[in-house]
Amino acid sequence: MLATAILVFREVLEAALIISIVCAATRGLWGRGFWVSLGVGLGVAGAILLAFGADRVASSMEGVGQELLNAGVLIAAVLMLAWHAIWMARHGRELAHQMKSVGAAVVGGSKPLRALMFVVALAVLREGSEVVLFLFGLGAGGSSSEAMLLGGVLGLLAGSAIGVGLYLGMLGIPIRHFFTVTNWMVLLLAAGLASQAAHFLIQADWLPALGTRVWDSSWILSNESLPGQTLKTLLGYDARPSGMQLLFYASTAILILIGMKTWGRSHASPAPAPH
Amino acid sequence: MKWFSATCLALACHVSLAADTHEATIVIEDHRFAPAELVVPADRKVKLTVVNKDNTPEEFESYELNREKIVVGNGQIVVFIGPLKPGRYPFFGEFHMETAKGVLIAE
Repeated sequence: MLATAILVFREVLEAALIISIVCAATRGLWGRGFWVSLGVGLGVAGAILLAFGADRVASSMEGVGQELLNAGVLIAAVLMLAWHAIWMARHGRELAHQMKSVGAAVVGGSKPLRALMFVVALAVLREGSEVVLFLFGLGAGGSSSEAMLLGGVLGLLAGSAIGVGLYLGMLGIPIRHFFTVTNWMVLLLAAGLASQAAHFLIQADWLPALGTRVWDSSWILSNESLPGQTLKTLLGYDARPSGMQLLFYASTAILILIGMKTWGRSHASPAPAPH
Repeated sequence: MKWFSATCLALACHVSLAADTHEATIVIEDHRFAPAELVVPADRKVKLTVVNKDNTPEEFESYELNREKIVVGNGQIVVFIGPLKPGRYPFFGEFHMETAKGVLIAE
């Protein structure tokens, strides 16, 4: 039961952290609860379908279908997050201003919500399909279903609790700086997911590693540990990164920054006073 | 002539790539890896095939190799690794961590 709880916790944690960043980044937008729930629902449904098609995925593309699917899902999420960060660079300030004056949800922000709904769905899909396969294997192996269920629920609760904790912690940020902070978190999340995508493409032999292990910081902070795993999701921390991963990380971060500066500025600069 | 030399170049690349990649296989049975110790050449890319003879899925995982991949029941996967520096690289099956343990030795 403990093994089940730990495994489910590890998978749930990554999705929960991503969901809590998305929830914070869309704070004050009308219909947020609906879109995030829809994302989770679609992700769970997709995870079950993917788990049952896992053998077909794995044997496709000369045995590297699993990597290519993961990389594709990650790159889609990176594009959505990048678009959101750039959109917020343009609209974040007025949004914060409106929230301060009205103190309520702002109507008309459903565009970024739809993009981030996919980010939530893709995160749940990736982590959820592993949980489904694991539980399916346990069931087929004759483990008692009560212990399995209890372990699964415990893991789910613990993982979600950390996500909720992160969200509540972020709510403590003053509203003036709130979207600046969430935007940076979205940027780092996107860069980290891009690095993970590169990792899968190297594992599939579709990209060269450019140095299998550029450094090894696992003696300070390993990805096995809870803080290491948390930072892997939040910042893209990898204790043993390859050169190609670093290249993907840096390029994604720089491209999003350029996008934010280019399209964010025009709106942020004060308009000339009307006569 | 141009396409001919291009084809030759592509073929040469392909052959040299194939020669550079070492192929190895491990089998999962009763939630254990066989062989539990696998020796591969250092400084060469390794194409590792993992065959799962159990009915249940397993996840081949290694922190040292920075690899993670699911193998469905009665299925098999391919994982590309390295080139590795000489050393010991432990791996495990995440779904049966008590029994499914092994180590890759690059030398």
